[in-house]
Amino acid sequence: MSAETAHHGDEHGHHDGASHGSLSGYVTGFVLSVILTAIPFWLVMARPVESALWTGIIIMAFAAVQIVVHMVYFLHMNTKSEGGWTILALIFTVTLVVITLTGSLWVMHHLNSNMMPMSVHDMRHAP
Amino acid sequence: MFSNLDFTNLDLQKLVFGRLSLADIPYHEPILLVTFAVVAMGGVVVLGAITYFRFWGPLWRDWVTSVDHKKIGIMYIILALVMLLRGFADAIMMITQKAIAFGPSEGYLPPHHYDQIFTAHGVIMIFFVAMPFVTGLMNYVVPLQIGARDVSFPFLNNFSFWMTVAGAVITMISLFVGEFSRATWLGYPPLSGADMSPGVGVDYWIWGLQIAGIGTLLSGINLVATIVKMRAPGMTMMKLPVFVWTSLCTNVLIVAAFPILTAVLVLLSLDRYVGTHFFTNDLGGNPMMYFNLIWIWGHPEVYILILPAFGIFSEVTSTYCGKRLFGYASMVYATVVITILSYLVWLHHFFTMGSGANVNSFFGITTMIISIPTGAKIFNWLFTMYRGRIRFELPMLWTVGFMVTFVIGGMTGVLLAVPPADFVLHNSLFLVAHFHNVIIGGVLFGMFAGVNYWFPKAFGFKLDPFWGKMSFWCWLVGFYLVFMPLYVLGLMGVTRRTQHFDDPTLQPWFIAAACGAVLILCGILSLLVQIVVSIRNREALRDTTGDPWGGRTLEWSTSSPPPDYNFAFTPVVHDLDAWYDMKSRGYARPLNGFRPIHMPKNTGTGAIIGGLSVVFGFAMIWYIWWLAALSFAAIFIVSIVHTFNYNRDFYIPADTVVRAENERTAVLAGRV
Ligand code: HEM
Ligand SMILES: [Cu+2]
Repeated sequence: MSAETAHHGDEHGHHDGASHGSLSGYVTGFVLSVILTAIPFWLVMARPVESALWTGIIIMAFAAVQIVVHMVYFLHMNTKSEGGWTILALIFTVTLVVITLTGSLWVMHHLNSNMMPMSVHDMRHAP
Repeated sequence: MFSNLDFTNLDLQKLVFGRLSLADIPYHEPILLVTFAVVAMGGVVVLGAITYFRFWGPLWRDWVTSVDHKKIGIMYIILALVMLLRGFADAIMMITQKAIAFGPSEGYLPPHHYDQIFTAHGVIMIFFVAMPFVTGLMNYVVPLQIGARDVSFPFLNNFSFWMTVAGAVITMISLFVGEFSRATWLGYPPLSGADMSPGVGVDYWIWGLQIAGIGTLLSGINLVATIVKMRAPGMTMMKLPVFVWTSLCTNVLIVAAFPILTAVLVLLSLDRYVGTHFFTNDLGGNPMMYFNLIWIWGHPEVYILILPAFGIFSEVTSTYCGKRLFGYASMVYATVVITILSYLVWLHHFFTMGSGANVNSFFGITTMIISIPTGAKIFNWLFTMYRGRIRFELPMLWTVGFMVTFVIGGMTGVLLAVPPADFVLHNSLFLVAHFHNVIIGGVLFGMFAGVNYWFPKAFGFKLDPFWGKMSFWCWLVGFYLVFMPLYVLGLMGVTRRTQHFDDPTLQPWFIAAACGAVLILCGILSLLVQIVVSIRNREALRDTTGDPWGGRTLEWSTSSPPPDYNFAFTPVVHDLDAWYDMKSRGYARPLNGFRPIHMPKNTGTGAIIGGLSVVFGFAMIWYIWWLAALSFAAIFIVSIVHTFNYNRDFYIPADTVVRAENERTAVLAGRV
């Protein structure tokens, strides 16, 4: 609201360099999201993959792809929007999320294997 | 489980007041009674003065509801100074207790009380002194330095401020209603869990931080948007003043880190309120996860505090040495590198928790690496001073004091980054001395440098140099006198958070530290005297030029104090140190052609939601569920109603601008 300067004083139009999508873009995004949601549901309902671990991993992978679809088709992110600031912010965020997740897993794994067993049950299964 | 939500034996008192009863008012504690009397008397005097001088109207119209970034910045700094008094009162109480509680003497603070005091001291100093100080200075200075008229979201700015105040108020209420947390400033479980801390203390801590945290996060978003989107034409990223760069990195860190704190506190609240087991010792909970998560926020937090201070020292050094900053680009890269590295070191806060050698050496090394960009900065400042015409005005004094002190703190930090050394020093007074060394010698000295530097910009007159020097020397000497003994004690193995000692040979060190605290008290009092004396002598200290120090950045191109609209025309930037560049190219102030200026309107919504948040937090703390529901609904409604307020902006008419600018022309001419 106060962004106006003397140079472009009164005009209220915005020129932020972001694209605002088209119908076909939204439809593509929608269809992709539905597919990417339906497959994980099917994986859980029909259990075509035996291993729970692998089912989990595959679902997570679909979730990650889903995030990208949302960003591209619904948030209209690309390498040029906002003069490159959105992609920069994205890279920064992804870096931090990766650091936080892998770091926490690594640290907690270490703590877990170095701690005294907490119960008889743990003791029996200790390496 | 769910015991808190047990409705089987309903009784009316519980329904209306939750767990609050008359017994929670600590009228049997003499210390608190006296404190209450003093606070109440002070409060009556202030309220009386406001009424007597008929200041209520202007206070509401010009300050409380203001969306002007300059006024909000000033209010943040006032909040920080007020809370500094409270935080320091806690500090001096702790250190006197430590100095007298030896052998048979128990001192005057029982453990139950002492533990609340060190928790309150840590929380208040970090969240309600250092954070508001930093946010306040960024708020005041950043828009001026980038040639903008306000921040991107002026209402959000006002709202953020009042949420921060709301958090501070909740923390302060705990002094007189119930008690505060005893679970350290980071609230480690299982101590902070429902089993070990069943009372209201930890809940005060949680809600105070959660509510203030909303304000911090929103102001972070606001300032990032401001710096990215509202720079004056021509001000490319590599022409940004260093303070703006460090502010940008700080606010990016805020936006990235504070949600982690919020999430951790939510999980802890769930443990406490509904009986989940995220961080309990049994039933699958894991307190170590709390340490891990809170330090993923906690380490970036210390850089959130120090980066803006680095920015201030850079501005101050180049101004008072009359030179362009040495190694501007390296300064920027160092700042960005520190921003990213600050996410890779969090484990150095719990080397001793048992992660094993791989993990510990990784985090030890990343921690040591951070000292490289930081050291580069120190050399940049030194090389800026080298062969400069140094003027030892107050801000420069604080800067030199910082450089010496911070280097010592940095070196003890690198020492603590060596895991085997940390196994010896962890949880000792050595650590306490280390982080006060960097927080006082770095953050607080930086803030004082900034206040002395920008005060003439904000109020139109300089601060009194005599009392400023008094304050500086008392703080500097006092700091060394308090914390050097603590280093020694820590090396001898004295643990922190200890309220009584048996070994009498330790006592002289603590007495020396207590004397240092008295010196720091003199430093704080001198600061207050400095402000009063400067207001009284303001005519003699008046700055008519708007550029009292021979400044280099855009804030010095406008009048002191700046008009509401900051700049009648948006400046166009051609070089780093834009104002210095304009001056050396013979800049002539435009005298006509003024146009109406589009500005945001004041609004009371921020203060109202802040007030309601205090009620909500209080109700949650005391399990007064009906009040919590009611105040939450009220917050919701006020927010919705605010979105229908379309009457948010106005134009400052051209002739008002002409009048203000002509006045300035006259003042400037009168000087010549
Ligand atoms: C002004 C002079 C100050 C003095 C004399 C002082 C003194 C102390 C002392 C003696 C302790 C240790 C208490 C104990 O272990 O029993 C302590 C703890 C602490 N201080 Fe300060 N302090 C000062 C300023 C600050 C500032 C400016 C900050 C931060 C901005 C700060 C943050 C902390 C924190 C976080 C703790 C740890 C609390 C805990 O153990 O949970 N202090 N302070
Ligand atoms: Cu750290």
